Amino acid sequence: MAFLDLSDVRKNYGQQTVVHKFDLDVQRGEFVSFLGPSGCGKTTTLRMVAGFEVPTAGAIRIDGKDITNLRPNQRNVGMVFQSYALFPNMTVADNVAFGLKIARKPAAEIKSRVEEMLKIIKLPHLGERFPYQLSGGQQQRVALARALAISPKVLLLDEPLSALDAKIRVSLREEIRSLQRSLGITTIYVTHDQEEALSMSDRIVVMNEGRVEQIGTPFEIYNNPKTRFVASFVGTLNILKGKIVDPAAGKIVIDGQEVSAAKRIGHLQAGEACLAALRPEAATLHQTELQEAAKIASSFAKESGPRNRMVGTIEEVSFLGSVVRIRVRFQENAISLDTFNNPNATPPARGSQVTVSFGREDLLVLEGAEG
Amino acid sequence: MKQQKIGSWIAIIVGTLYFVVPLIGTFEFSLRMRRGEYSLDAYRVVFADPRFQATFGYSTLMAVLTIIVGVLIVVPTSYWIQLRLPKLRPVVEFITLMPLVIPAIVIVFGYLRLYNTSSIIPMTATARSTDLLLVFSYVALALPYMYRAVDTGMRAIDVRVLTEAAENLGASWPTILFKVILPNVRVAILSGAFLTFATVIGEFTMASLLNRPAFGPYLQLIGANRAYEPSALAVIAFLVTWACMGLINVVGHGKQIKATP
Repeated sequence: MAFLDLSDVRKNYGQQTVVHKFDLDVQRGEFVSFLGPSGCGKTTTLRMVAGFEVPTAGAIRIDGKDITNLRPNQRNVGMVFQSYALFPNMTVADNVAFGLKIARKPAAEIKSRVEEMLKIIKLPHLGERFPYQLSGGQQQRVALARALAISPKVLLLDEPLSALDAKIRVSLREEIRSLQRSLGITTIYVTHDQEEALSMSDRIVVMNEGRVEQIGTPFEIYNNPKTRFVASFVGTLNILKGKIVDPAAGKIVIDGQEVSAAKRIGHLQAGEACLAALRPEAATLHQTELQEAAKIASSFAKESGPRNRMVGTIEEVSFLGSVVRIRVRFQENAISLDTFNNPNATPPARGSQVTVSFGREDLLVLEGAEG
Repeated sequence: MKQQKIGSWIAIIVGTLYFVVPLIGTFEFSLRMRRGEYSLDAYRVVFADPRFQATFGYSTLMAVLTIIVGVLIVVPTSYWIQLRLPKLRPVVEFITLMPLVIPAIVIVFGYLRLYNTSSIIPMTATARSTDLLLVFSYVALALPYMYRAVDTGMRAIDVRVLTEAAENLGASWPTILFKVILPNVRVAILSGAFLTFATVIGEFTMASLLNRPAFGPYLQLIGANRAYEPSALAVIAFLVTWACMGLINVVGHGKQIKATP
């Protein structure tokens, strides 16, 4: 049985549905992220678990107990807010102790628990400071300690790192994940940052316009996106317009060049327009003339199985430090691909003819493709 | 740029003189009770007058009661507006501005019509009930100041998120209000309280028409019958008001409770 179970949860505001039929089972100790653009319903769903919004339909259960209609102060879930929500009139120690005092724990237990939490968040000497005397990262850690101090059954985090700068975000998310693992606490994490979701989660729920687009592990979400939205929202994606040639064999023609997709596209018709997607890291650039490209094609076939190849012209080269981003134009379509900077080789010149190769399994034909 | 600065200084000096010169004149006149020399005789007479002590004490008590009732009404109202009924804010703000628009004499006549000894709520029947009526009328009179001050304080903190955070940690509504919200709007409440005090201490119309022994009617009585003592009383009244303003500043710059972003 799932530890946290959301079944057929919906939320309407008047005539507007902001969360459609949301079903999710979360196992004990699992870290699940809700990922999506602003307004997709991820925070609303989180707030329904916290009790700040009442579902229009459906049920929410924690450890078998129906909490759908319980008040927030009856659910024993800990929440970390985007704005930290530390109590300005209380010291760090008092903030962390707040929930324990409400629960009327003995003074000695409160003191010991507060010290333990401050140690866990690596701020053992800041107990007497006030929130305004702390940096953003420190405030967020105190907010986390406050939420964990009450030993909640589920930990909810609503974009806790969005107000912090990039470096602190990276270090804090590692700390949060490490802490969550060591405590084994079931966690729901809301974010619009795909890097956060991919690096921290056991599973990701990708949402768009109130609907669940896909639920899966980071690997599944990134490598096997089920919808165009998931493919384009998670990671960078090159979208190519093409036409089906042979659905059974997975053959597509893009800008007059025939390529193959490993996954069947049998549900589409020959001659039908389609959209194909290719991750930039799946493409390899070869700075050769056309004749050389033919040799490479045959060597590919011998070494690693047949790969697709397309000939194009370099349209733009962007030097980004350790990465060189290159855009190659075919005719109507163009793709971006990244190569590592090589100090011993100059980047390719704009206008030069190149060959781009990629595996058949790397080419995705998207659901809901349009002409 | 230099011309602008000179112009600004001229404006400041002229404005200051406009306000300060009459005060200096009043103060100087209050020192002239003893012929031929400056003295504090007028102030001695005022402070020795038992009516001064009685009326000042009475108005102080009324002010304190007004502050308490005002806080009990305004703070929960402002909190609820912030939390649940933001659309009602313009309506409440309009209501709180009414005492500034409607003259005090009209308000008091309304009270006398509604609460006279012949009505179903005869609040003017006894001295104590009239005192209560006076407190309520002062609450209405000070409402614009108290509500504005508390509302500004509420807006400076994210009331909704703090409430949710406290509720998430298991707190009930009274705990949230008294342990989280009130301490964070303490400065705003005190500002409203001092403004209320300054308003009540010198109020004349309502106290006079309700026939209560307040400081305002005493000021008017002395002013009609004496020469130097009214000036001394005017200076004392100004000093009380300025002390309230000064205390607002002190409280505002006191223990810093800054809201987190």
